Amino acid sequence: MNQLPLLSILTFTPLIGAILLLFVNKNSHGVLRTIAMAVTVVTFVLSLPLITGYNAPGSDIGGFQYLENIPWIAAGPFQMSYHLGIDGISLWLVILTTFIMPIAVLSTYTAVEEKVKEYMICLLLLEVGMIGTFISLDLFLFYIFWEIMLIPMYFMIGIWGGKNRIYAAVKFFIYTAVGSLLMLVALIVLYFKAGGGDFSILRFYQLHLDPTTQMWMFLAFALAFAIKVPMFPLHTWLPDAHTEAPTAGSVILAAVMLKCGTYGYVRFAMPLFPEANAQFTPLIATLSVIGIIYASLVAMVQQDVKKLVAYSSVAHLGFVMLGVYALNQQGVTGGMLQMLNHGVSTGALFLIVGFIYERRHTRLITDFGGLAKQMPVFATMFMIVTFSSIGLPGTNGFVGEFLVLLGSFESNLRWYAIIATSGVILSAVYMLWMFQRVMFGELKNPKNQTLKDLNAREVAIMLPLIFLIFFLGIYPRPIIDSMAPSIDKMIAQTKVQKQVAEAAVPAVPALPPGHMAVPEAGAAPAGMPAGHPAMPEAGAAPAGMPAGHPAIPANNEAK
Amino acid sequence: MFDLVWLIPLCPLIGSVINGLLGKKIKNETVIGGIAAGSVFASFMVACGILFQLLSLPGEERVIQKTIFTWIQSGTFKADIGFLIDPLSATMLMIVTGIGFLIHLYSIGYMHGEEGFYRYFCYLNLFTFSMLCLVSGNNLLLMFIGWEGVGLCSYLLIGYYFHKKSAGDAGKKAFVMNRVGDFGFLLGLFTLFYYLGTNHNVWTINFVELAKNADLLVPGAVVTTVCLCFFLGATGKSAQIPLYTWLPDAMEGPTPVSALIHAATMVTAGVYMIARMNFIFIKSPTALLVIACVGAATALFAATIGTAQNDIKRVLAYSTVSQLGYMFLAMGVGAFTAGVFHLMTHAFFKACLFLGSGSVIHGMHHALHHEHSEADPQDMRNMGGLRKKMPVTFWTFLFATIAIAGIPGLAGFFSKDEILWQAFANPHHHAVNYVLWGAGAIAAGLTAFYMFRLVFMTFFGQTRLSEKAFHHLHESPWVITVPLVCLAFLSIFGGYVGVPKVLSEFFTGGAFPNYFEHWLEPVFAYSTHYTEAHGAHGLHSVAMEWGLMGVSVLIACGGIALAFALYIVAPGFPEKFTSTFPALHRAVYNKWYVDEIYDFAFVNPCKALGNFLWKGFDVLVVDGIVNGVAAVVRGFSGILRYVQTGFVHNYAFTMVFGVALIVAVYIFR
Repeated sequence: MNQLPLLSILTFTPLIGAILLLFVNKNSHGVLRTIAMAVTVVTFVLSLPLITGYNAPGSDIGGFQYLENIPWIAAGPFQMSYHLGIDGISLWLVILTTFIMPIAVLSTYTAVEEKVKEYMICLLLLEVGMIGTFISLDLFLFYIFWEIMLIPMYFMIGIWGGKNRIYAAVKFFIYTAVGSLLMLVALIVLYFKAGGGDFSILRFYQLHLDPTTQMWMFLAFALAFAIKVPMFPLHTWLPDAHTEAPTAGSVILAAVMLKCGTYGYVRFAMPLFPEANAQFTPLIATLSVIGIIYASLVAMVQQDVKKLVAYSSVAHLGFVMLGVYALNQQGVTGGMLQMLNHGVSTGALFLIVGFIYERRHTRLITDFGGLAKQMPVFATMFMIVTFSSIGLPGTNGFVGEFLVLLGSFESNLRWYAIIATSGVILSAVYMLWMFQRVMFGELKNPKNQTLKDLNAREVAIMLPLIFLIFFLGIYPRPIIDSMAPSIDKMIAQTKVQKQVAEAAVPAVPALPPGHMAVPEAGAAPAGMPAGHPAMPEAGAAPAGMPAGHPAIPANNEAK
Repeated sequence: MFDLVWLIPLCPLIGSVINGLLGKKIKNETVIGGIAAGSVFASFMVACGILFQLLSLPGEERVIQKTIFTWIQSGTFKADIGFLIDPLSATMLMIVTGIGFLIHLYSIGYMHGEEGFYRYFCYLNLFTFSMLCLVSGNNLLLMFIGWEGVGLCSYLLIGYYFHKKSAGDAGKKAFVMNRVGDFGFLLGLFTLFYYLGTNHNVWTINFVELAKNADLLVPGAVVTTVCLCFFLGATGKSAQIPLYTWLPDAMEGPTPVSALIHAATMVTAGVYMIARMNFIFIKSPTALLVIACVGAATALFAATIGTAQNDIKRVLAYSTVSQLGYMFLAMGVGAFTAGVFHLMTHAFFKACLFLGSGSVIHGMHHALHHEHSEADPQDMRNMGGLRKKMPVTFWTFLFATIAIAGIPGLAGFFSKDEILWQAFANPHHHAVNYVLWGAGAIAAGLTAFYMFRLVFMTFFGQTRLSEKAFHHLHESPWVITVPLVCLAFLSIFGGYVGVPKVLSEFFTGGAFPNYFEHWLEPVFAYSTHYTEAHGAHGLHSVAMEWGLMGVSVLIACGGIALAFALYIVAPGFPEKFTSTFPALHRAVYNKWYVDEIYDFAFVNPCKALGNFLWKGFDVLVVDGIVNGVAAVVRGFSGILRYVQTGFVHNYAFTMVFGVALIVAVYIFR
């Protein structure tokens, strides 16, 4: 379809930049910064055609596009391919990544003065890992990128972090490594269950695994992703990592890396193991809701601004998970939007914390107070971001949160939705209380009386984020529209296959290796569930879905 | 003209953006104020045009929708940015833009010389924009944008003097209390959407669509839940029990803000919302009963607190809570028209009262400033005798007070009396009716008492200011007095659009009908028919209506007489009374300790729980396990380390030992 391997170019531009940086003198900070900045901007510009090019007329609407598939490692029966592609779900996460990177780089201009070269290389490698994670269609390739992503972040926390950085870095690494290893094991098991061939998830989507296998493999994948999200009670690495990481690290961690976890659910854990997914839905929904309330309560009593924001992340990601598990159009769309929104708002919050940290070298709420008088521009931006994080209508936070709650209310997670809705009260409490203590009141501390307002560079960092806060809040349609068909496919994959699997359970207790698991002649070989004959029955089957569910008509239209 | 409806909210938004971005550079107060007030005036003109065009249409055609674009569409859910024009929204648009304009004008004078003048007008315009969205949106979600938007602006304007801790606290409290209400609003929306969608395949949140499908709402638990959820939202925004405590604190904001947001417009949003969805509420007698009881209780409860406050604005704040209670009482007894009518007249006289109090504070502030006095310019105990120095303020204030006290002939009388009569005669609650009427009537007496107490303490008697300060006291400039006169005029004559039938028949033989009721008839037609169709009949007794009217007037006069007796004839008596019953006075003065109870019951436990979860669970349990695993691993590796020391003789020894062991096993097996 596309002659140019756009996705490969996109992924490896930062790598080329990183290699380029190797040859630059480590003391010429200006050059290093400029190159890193230029590379990330170029990457961002390169990613823009994806927005307009995706779902172009005549393409496979909602399917994977910009495909690249090259056999890569072929060791006997093992075949790993270099298989890339994006759909409406990954498209926006890629854009979020390429968008946030220049901002992150720009934020380091004065924040990082030591080992600038290494820092910039870390940032660029991180970008490679993140983009790669979102666009890999080969599970093995996905795993490689997933691991690539970890290492630069580990160094960023461990080398450029705060006082307690070693503890935080090790904790971060151990948590995520445990998850990755579990995933690796499950991945290999999955491969053997599927029989020879490559690691393409498109192939794995067609499998019908027996329930026990599904359960164990779902648990392994889900645990790996749950650590990344992070879900309660696996979240305790996050406050430490966020607090100790340098500003750019926190921004990237919050804006993009946490999304790898939720993306992992949407792309892998849920559609690959539909039955197990249905079985564990109550558990995950419970943990999400606990996460929302728990993290909000804990955020309320934090004394460190950055830690407060970190805990608010846990709460926001709880909303994402709840939405995704509603498994209907509104819920998943809301969850996806909330991922983007969280990237924008929480990224912006970490930048804001970074601004005052650079000035005062403290993050304790009690060290501040009355800053609004001294820093009016900063105050305005901080306030906009705060309200976006609270989810005020008109800002981005609202649309996502609203759709999540609406979607989960419509699904059989109704009671969870009701409890989660009370989270909107708590988010206002902790954010506004923090804002009040930092910005309002009298300017008592003499050190705060000489603070300078934001400079032009800092304003330039914030403006794109502020713009997005309003744009996504007022006109989210382009994004919702381009995601909808892919979300329909994802829902159909996760739901309908379950119907098929139930019907096929007695027929396929164990699969002979080398056979695809769609033996029914009646089913179209493409196997895509849209328009599948099982569809009408799905409505009648007591699968706990409300009648007239939105996903079903929408799905038929999509085909 | 209808096609221009989008201009109504847009004008203030533009004004807000201009002042927000450029206000700091413009600096000139006249220009900034001119932009702000001018933009609202432009909206007012458009609103007038729409009103007249609407009047020219026959009654049943007075529902017009204008959709601008689709905001959110996902699956079956769709929300437009679109406007609904009908008699109800046109009424609200007129109130918001009209009174809004007067208050903008007033603010130019009142805020003169304040730091952050442009910021104030930016917020005030933004508020007007949000409020206009709220009242003109054609669907629940757009209403919700306005709903939260006005909450935001209220937060910003209450906290306008942000360097004061009390202002910051009050702003936050208002926002959080409102959020509790918003929680209810959202749940109501979800339940309604889901209920109609799954049961009847009607997936909509559009008001017109909902009204068309009102028959599908079968009375029952679900509808009651929907209504109660929405009502929870209303109690937050409109300061009813149990969420009213933010409103008195909101007086930390500048006085014109109190007039616009916390009296005339925003706090009535809950009433508007119920009126807008009357076709749902009428289906749930339980919800109506709850609303009526909460309204009556709030009216009475807040009135008692109002009698003991000394801060001029706090008295008015509790009065507002109390009057809002009347409106909800009206909604709860199915007297939607009467409720909206009281909303309108209350907007006139309460805005006038607040602006009048602002004028007094403005004057007091300057007078005390001359004397370098630290005395509180809002405390009525420092005032007295002001009528001689501020005649315009005094007369306008007096008329508004007579209006709110319910003296026949002025606006407040018509609307309040209509509500009391409907509370007594409504077909919905039978036995409770007398209680509702009684609570309302007593509250009316208290209202007359505390309002005239305020007037007597402020404007009459000997001044309690020093001679020098009193000398410097003078009337406010025209930008302040002109809005006062306009609003006083409306407080006097605004009620004549809705003269009750008995009065009109008696005095004019029916030649002067109840225009207001007729005007709103199509909006509430469904509810009216529904009530009639279900065989519910209210009391129809002209004699009874006259009798009750007489009683309520007598009660009001009694309140005034009592205030006169206590504060003019025997000014020492209140002191004596409070020293005789100190506990009672302290309880009333401290607002029955409701804030303290809330702190004890909700705020402190939440903080304690947060701390416990953080330090107890996160740090001890989860991190304890993680660090414990790390420690165990380290411990084991410490032991295993001895296996791999790197010394050749160790390895040799191990090998020999191993070989010996194997041999031994083979030999002795």
